Amino acid sequence: MDQTQEKAPRPQDQTSVFVTRKRTFTLAFLGVALIFVISAVATDYEVIGGLESIPKAVVWMARHFIPDAKAWSRLPYILSKLSETALVSVAVTVCAAICAFFFSLPGTKTTKTAPWIARIVRIIAAFFRNVPDIVWAILLLFSFGENILTGFFALFFATFGMLTRTFIETIDEVSASCVEALYATGATSLQTVFNGVIPSSLPEIVSWVLYMIETNIRSSTLIGMLTATGIGYLFDLYYKRMDYSSASLVVISIVILVIAIEILSNKIRKVIM
Amino acid sequence: MSELDIAGQPPLSLEISQYIRKTRGGKIKTATKSRSDHAIKITIFVLLTLTIYGFATFNYKNVDIAKALAGTWSNIKVLFGQPKLTYGTWGGSLKALFVTFSLGALATIFGAIIAFFGSLLCAKNIANSFVANITKSFVAFIRAVPTILWVLIFTVAAGLGSVAAVIGLTFHSAGYLIKAYAESIEEMDEGTIEALKASGASFWQIVFQAILPSSISRMTAWTFLRFEINFTNALAVGAAAGVGGIGFDLYMAGNHYFDLRELGFITYIVVAAVILLEMIATKIKATVR
Repeated sequence: MDQTQEKAPRPQDQTSVFVTRKRTFTLAFLGVALIFVISAVATDYEVIGGLESIPKAVVWMARHFIPDAKAWSRLPYILSKLSETALVSVAVTVCAAICAFFFSLPGTKTTKTAPWIARIVRIIAAFFRNVPDIVWAILLLFSFGENILTGFFALFFATFGMLTRTFIETIDEVSASCVEALYATGATSLQTVFNGVIPSSLPEIVSWVLYMIETNIRSSTLIGMLTATGIGYLFDLYYKRMDYSSASLVVISIVILVIAIEILSNKIRKVIM
Repeated sequence: MSELDIAGQPPLSLEISQYIRKTRGGKIKTATKSRSDHAIKITIFVLLTLTIYGFATFNYKNVDIAKALAGTWSNIKVLFGQPKLTYGTWGGSLKALFVTFSLGALATIFGAIIAFFGSLLCAKNIANSFVANITKSFVAFIRAVPTILWVLIFTVAAGLGSVAAVIGLTFHSAGYLIKAYAESIEEMDEGTIEALKASGASFWQIVFQAILPSSISRMTAWTFLRFEINFTNALAVGAAAGVGGIGFDLYMAGNHYFDLRELGFITYIVVAAVILLEMIATKIKATVR
């Protein structure tokens, strides 16, 4: 670094690239360190205790977190709950995607709706996206009780908000040119949607739906703990009974399901995109 | 180039009809069948079948859906229309919000540090493929376990508190950021690394003089995006595992005090925080690109 600075003659008032870079990095480092200290104080986080707990947890997991014979005998029940959670995630995502697609159309440029309608669509989508799914879950518990529909609607609202925004962006990006061409031939809005927007944006939409299914399986585990349904509830049950070997089998089955879905959707994505 | 190619070939036939495919009835085919269309159709069919099968087999426990939906609607009106604090205070809520922010920030910082070194083992253009594959499988495993389960597992070993929450959140952040960082590194110009290698630079010199400067902006954008996700996750973990923060307040208001107005007030605070974070993230993305 020093050699290059000596060799290259440069004007006095201009600081070297390396000096400014070093200064930026130092400032960024100090900023992050400050945030770290403030956060650690605010949450009573013990840095050393945190580091120590990792090997402790690994040892504990190796000793207790292994399925035993009793756990394996519960496998059919665990799998039935797992399939319930998986089916809820798929059903939620499919329903939310269908609703979000038609809801997002007035928000895109392709349907040539008035700007204020597009704005309202975006605001409603932002509302559903920004209210966390656990708020929906807690709210729905009041009327639905500990029911599978509680989790269904909680995930539905969050997924609907997320997918509406994504679909608006995707449709505007993907089908702009073919929509323009169709309007030029005198097609109506409805014709444009069915012959232009849907065919051109379908691969992207399917890819997003697959992604949301993956995400929703993880979220539904958590929502299941709050609403006492599905695999999340089962884990919570075994965990609170301190039946850790059964709980570990639940975790293993979730891992296998999530990885299988990830591999499958990556394969599908490769073919359709 | 193209002129040369054409010059060597026989003159193009202008008979356009031979390029148009027709159906048996003589109509012009407008849709082309491809593998991708086929795959999309099968995927949609399978997803719809699973949805219908799911709705048919769910255990609804005889809930009156119409009545429950009507009840929910009136609850929503109370929640968003009449927010009011009864059990908590303004200061307490803001402090809890700050705790949730801090949990998210700690997890993001730890995750980013782990992910930086992890991504060096993962990125195709600098790592060897054997190590990269092992790292990727390990990361896939870590990401497959839901955050809340990591938190609960660590709660047993480290006790209920911020340590378990932060470690649980960190696992996922690291997994997510390793993938994102590795992609940022893979996008950088191949020539830079090669030039440095040729000049005899060591591995760490390449990392700090070429890789970090050229991908730091993308990495920053990803990190902030992850901070947004970590904030919502910290909220959820606070509610489900009881580790504190505003997520726990949400849980207490809803499932303990059964107070919709209190729940509404806290929800407004949370939503305001989420929107603020999203605005900052959009601004960071705009300056980075």
